[in-house]
Amino acid sequence: MSRARDFLVSAATLLVGRGRPTLPERERIIPDKPGRPGWELVAVALFALGALAAIAFPVVYGLAEDIPHETQFLGLSVGLAFVLIGAGLVVTGKHLIVTEEIEEDYPAQEHPEEQELLVQVVEESGSRLTRKRLFLLSLGGAGAALGAALVTPVVSLGPVFRVAPLLGTPWRRGRRLVDENGRPWKASDIDEQTFYTAFPEGADKEDLGASVVLVRLPQSRFRLPPALAHYPAEGIVAYSKICTHAGCAISLYRTPMFDPTDPKPALVCPCHYSTFDPADGGSVLFGPAGRKLPMLPLQVDGSGTLRAAGNFDEAIGPSWWGVRIWKPNPPS
Amino acid sequence: MGRPDLEAEPALVIRKTVRFLDQRTGDAPLLRKLLRYLFPDHWSFLLGEVALYSFITLVLTGTYLALFYNDSTKQITYHGPYAPLRGQRMSEAYHSVLDISTSVRAGLLIRQTHHWAADVFVAAILLHLLRVFFTGAYRKPRELTYVLGLAMLMISLLEGYLGYSLADDLLSGMGLAIGYAVAVSLPLIGANLAELIWNGPFPGTDAFFSRMYIAHVFLIPGLIGMLLVAHLGLVALKHHTQFKSEPRQTERKLVGVPTFPGQTPRSLGLFLVTAGVLFLLGGLAQINPIWLWGPYHTYLSTNGAQPDWYLGWLIGGLRLVPSFDLTIGHYTLVPNPFWGGALFPLVVFGFLLFWPQLERRFITHDYGYHNLLDRPRDAPLRTAIGLGVFIWVALVFVAGGVDRVTVMFDVDYVTMIWIFRVAIWVVPVLVGLIAYRVCVELQQGEEAKRVRKRAEHRAKALAETTDIA
Repeated sequence: MSRARDFLVSAATLLVGRGRPTLPERERIIPDKPGRPGWELVAVALFALGALAAIAFPVVYGLAEDIPHETQFLGLSVGLAFVLIGAGLVVTGKHLIVTEEIEEDYPAQEHPEEQELLVQVVEESGSRLTRKRLFLLSLGGAGAALGAALVTPVVSLGPVFRVAPLLGTPWRRGRRLVDENGRPWKASDIDEQTFYTAFPEGADKEDLGASVVLVRLPQSRFRLPPALAHYPAEGIVAYSKICTHAGCAISLYRTPMFDPTDPKPALVCPCHYSTFDPADGGSVLFGPAGRKLPMLPLQVDGSGTLRAAGNFDEAIGPSWWGVRIWKPNPPS
Repeated sequence: MGRPDLEAEPALVIRKTVRFLDQRTGDAPLLRKLLRYLFPDHWSFLLGEVALYSFITLVLTGTYLALFYNDSTKQITYHGPYAPLRGQRMSEAYHSVLDISTSVRAGLLIRQTHHWAADVFVAAILLHLLRVFFTGAYRKPRELTYVLGLAMLMISLLEGYLGYSLADDLLSGMGLAIGYAVAVSLPLIGANLAELIWNGPFPGTDAFFSRMYIAHVFLIPGLIGMLLVAHLGLVALKHHTQFKSEPRQTERKLVGVPTFPGQTPRSLGLFLVTAGVLFLLGGLAQINPIWLWGPYHTYLSTNGAQPDWYLGWLIGGLRLVPSFDLTIGHYTLVPNPFWGGALFPLVVFGFLLFWPQLERRFITHDYGYHNLLDRPRDAPLRTAIGLGVFIWVALVFVAGGVDRVTVMFDVDYVTMIWIFRVAIWVVPVLVGLIAYRVCVELQQGEEAKRVRKRAEHRAKALAETTDIA
């Protein structure tokens, strides 16, 4: 029994005792200042709480199926574990460890002797060369040539000097306009006051040249330039859905609720609020777009289905250096 | 006591370890220097550290995410646990990020922590940059450190943009479309450059996503890591700058706390607290809920789309520029997105990059060494110009979000844009003038106090002498 008691006592002493081993006499580097022992307990408590929070993490992880707000509890446990242990370390740094404010010289601004030595070494290294400039020129030329050779494979990354892909669209004369699920749009489906998205039948919908917005306007609103006068069919107009400014999809249609005061109908891109006028061929009403919205000529076939009567009057999508601002062409 | 070895030779383990390492690596002289390297004590010096710790958190959480992410743009139909999206066509990339958010246990926590860490990372760099700018810490001999820091900021913006583009949700896709438009708008090379990067016209091919992926997880983080090492290496070689908060701190004498033991627990603590706060945010504060945005298709967009905060200034720039392309006859030369999306950031970073030389050449004519920091009032012109540029960028940033004001408060969007188009040129000038005045007044106030104190001192001394007399 007494041995067990001795063991317990010594274990307790080792655990909580604040006795320090006596050091042999030597000059201290870090000055010895008395601290406040309370902070030691604060740090220990923070570490213990941090450990508890950390232990909670695998527990929550294991129970994840059974508890709601799994992500919140996981974040709380691991986050608190980090914060508490971190706070314990900050307490350690601020209160337990002696903070010395030491003075020290900044490093030398420069080393003239070494500089001189370096210059001399480099200069003397080429003393055998008689045509120094020629030598350096050939070495530099060789390096540049090798660099150019190594950069060449970059060209494989994509098409080079070929902007044709930027201009192509899947629209052809006679191509039917279909909705997202491939059903053809009939002219009678298109109502005023709202807009519809259409694609060329059978084409890749992701192609920037594919999607168009359809809008029906009352005849009284139209102010199309003569060259575009025949683009609408039965009061329906089609414009590329891709904004000519930054390539986002135009997904807002502003329609006046009360004609005399409200602004006129407009197609708006939600990215930077480029605003286009569907009544006059897609000109820019407001916003940063520098080029009008490309217009698609339409026709209605015998069954009432909407078909393209040609290609767009402008290049689709965002502009680039050298893109032609197309003059409207007749659709035939 | 039962531990005589401890008494005879204190800290035996430490001694053994130190000896073992020194005999095998010869590190003792170096370590001695490192452990006694001095850190001047000021809270603003911790901003760079927070950026560093966010970066470490980013690398760790990002590595975990990479284990689950799939960079394929192949279109598949969703049949996963999130009911509202069932049956929708989406890329495998978006599908894998949905799975990380809904099916991988702790996946959402790590994803959101990663996203928060990115936002905090750039914020910490920006605040660090402001501190460095307004205290003149970039002056000789620390110009290179400053340039490396700027490079890291620029690359970090790209890194963040690539990160949220990889998710391939609706907002990512809209962001990529805008990025593409800015790329094709670059003078002369734009169209070719964009086609090289995207492997054809937007939206590009599968190859484009694997390029973004390798850039995001390897090339750019690797580059940031290397720049970081160089940045910190230069800091250590020339030592920290310091504020003159006590007389013994001079251009030649540095006063600070040594790495060990003073600074180590504090820095380690700051690291853990930073990581902890990021995890708390990741767990408790929702960020970028991609399941709500849905998959991207070129023909879809949504109103109220906003990028991560650090790209807000570019959205603002793109929105504020009036309808204007540089054209010749029927041909466009420089399209509109170039002004707000490329030229504007170029001007801002150009200003930051060349400011140290401009200031030296035209304002201070000061080619000397500086280890002591200025307070903003000590350099009124720098403070005025810096604040003006900052307000300029900040206003453009705010303009990027005014559509939210339209939605929430029904204020006309067009009117607000026109107000901002004027304000971004007027307000910075006013703020700059006021800042200059304030700095000068503060300086004069201090000078007056000094003069008064000196006079009082003299008067007192005089009074004492007359008393004696």
